[in-house]
Amino acid sequence: MSHTALELIELGAVFLGLGLLGRLAGRIGMSPVPLYLIGGVCFGTGGLIPLNNIGDFTTLASEVGVVLLLLLLGLEYSAAELTTGLRRSWPAGVLDIVLNAAPGVAVALALGWGPVGATVLGGVTSISSSGIVAKVLADLGRLGNRETPVILSVLVFEDLAMAVYLPILTTVLIGVSFLGGLEAVALSLAVVAVVLVVALRYGRFVSAVVDSPDREVFLLKVLGTALLVAGIASALQVSAAVGAFLLGIAISGSTAENATRLLEPLRDLFAAVFFVVFGLNTDPRTIPPVLGWAVVLAVATTVTKLATGWWAAQWQGIGMLGRARAGAALIAHGEFSIVIAGLAVSYAAVPTELAALATAYVLLMAVFGPIAARVVEPVTRWARSKIPARAAAPSPGG
Amino acid sequence: MNIEVTPLPGIGVRKDFALRDGRRVGVVAQRDGKLALIVSKADDPDATLAELPLTTDEAGALATLLGAPQLVAQLAEEQRDLPGIRTGRLTIASGSPYDGRTIGDTALHSRTGVSVVAVMRAGQVRPSPLPNFTLTGGDLMIAVGTSEGLDQAFKILKYG
Repeated sequence: MSHTALELIELGAVFLGLGLLGRLAGRIGMSPVPLYLIGGVCFGTGGLIPLNNIGDFTTLASEVGVVLLLLLLGLEYSAAELTTGLRRSWPAGVLDIVLNAAPGVAVALALGWGPVGATVLGGVTSISSSGIVAKVLADLGRLGNRETPVILSVLVFEDLAMAVYLPILTTVLIGVSFLGGLEAVALSLAVVAVVLVVALRYGRFVSAVVDSPDREVFLLKVLGTALLVAGIASALQVSAAVGAFLLGIAISGSTAENATRLLEPLRDLFAAVFFVVFGLNTDPRTIPPVLGWAVVLAVATTVTKLATGWWAAQWQGIGMLGRARAGAALIAHGEFSIVIAGLAVSYAAVPTELAALATAYVLLMAVFGPIAARVVEPVTRWARSKIPARAAAPSPGG
Repeated sequence: MNIEVTPLPGIGVRKDFALRDGRRVGVVAQRDGKLALIVSKADDPDATLAELPLTTDEAGALATLLGAPQLVAQLAEEQRDLPGIRTGRLTIASGSPYDGRTIGDTALHSRTGVSVVAVMRAGQVRPSPLPNFTLTGGDLMIAVGTSEGLDQAFKILKYG
């Protein structure tokens, strides 16, 4: 059999397998991300069927997957939404980042992974999955709830924080000096600020550059611009993902809506490849030793996310049930935790156990998050009925 | 009425207002054009009792149902000094003989003396429609006339 034939067969088998996994996920009403990861773990090194022939393609495709994930995240938000969200929710956002990075940092230090490992794992545990959260809120009919804007603004803050965090992470992973690190932080903060200003004032020009009435031309222009910006950002050590995210923010209005509609299938395809490649690089034999730590992290960040949501909702005058719902909604982790872990793995600056721990942790949180969001209401009601003294206490005004 | 507009980043916008009893009612308009009617729960004002997805047609029909009585009451109030004059609502059911025909075709004025003062369609009022106004199923005509005239007009629109 020729090499090309073998490549096509392997690639076809992978996509077909992912399709079946995605359908299974849809059946049981969960995010497909954990299943893609499991699929990748099964196929990869030390797994059931090692795939050796499509490495070149999948490596590049997974990079494109990250770029598209972040580009579409940026397209969802307009610059105005981001700045008003930032102004209104920064205390909750800061609390969210600090409280939820802490367990990851602590565990990484306890395992002796040093400051680099701590930076990576702190990022993995602090960022919720805006994709899973938005889907859960829509599925549970909670878009009109009063705590929903609170949840969404915490997510917006996390996403913006990621735009600052990823360049910092990149410099940490390369291992530059303290001064060089500061320089990179200053540069990335400046770039983010400049892009936000450009997007706010001149967003329509950026949109006009990529816009086209012809679907094919539009697709090629948007995709080309995104990859070009991502590549240049990567060359400047600002991280490719952040470049794509900022481009997404700068594109606005109807152009953004059309681009989202057009790119969504591509994003799903390439992001699926990204999750599989991440799973492929995780040796399944490394997971059982770190499973205990993954459970510890999952329990700890469930508590911290609940606390974050509770406090943020209380701050906006939401009642007790709403506070509990806000906390539980934030628990789900997913794509962006893997993006962060994937970046660390690609620089080979962290021990392989970290990838295994991140995989196990995201598997737990992606599955448990939506369940928590579903059961939090009955559990809170039940708890309130069991504690009569507290049942009398909550006031609607908070 | 104080309508509160709350942006939902990445999803769309929520517009709602508080009723006299403190419950909230409004809509969630998503980016992709989806519209949902929301009503808050009585025991948990932060949560919604229902989030009903509505198509554009359905939202229009609901708006017509809610808006028409108000318009009729207003017209009735204006004609209070004229005894014997009533304001009535005449529905064009889909499948009515005049579905797709003009107001002129119904010849309501010459046959019953009733005047059509407005047509409500999809929650919007079209005041003083001309005879060449084309009616479609679901339209609500606001008409002024005598009780007998309105009864006749009702039968004409239903049976032709």
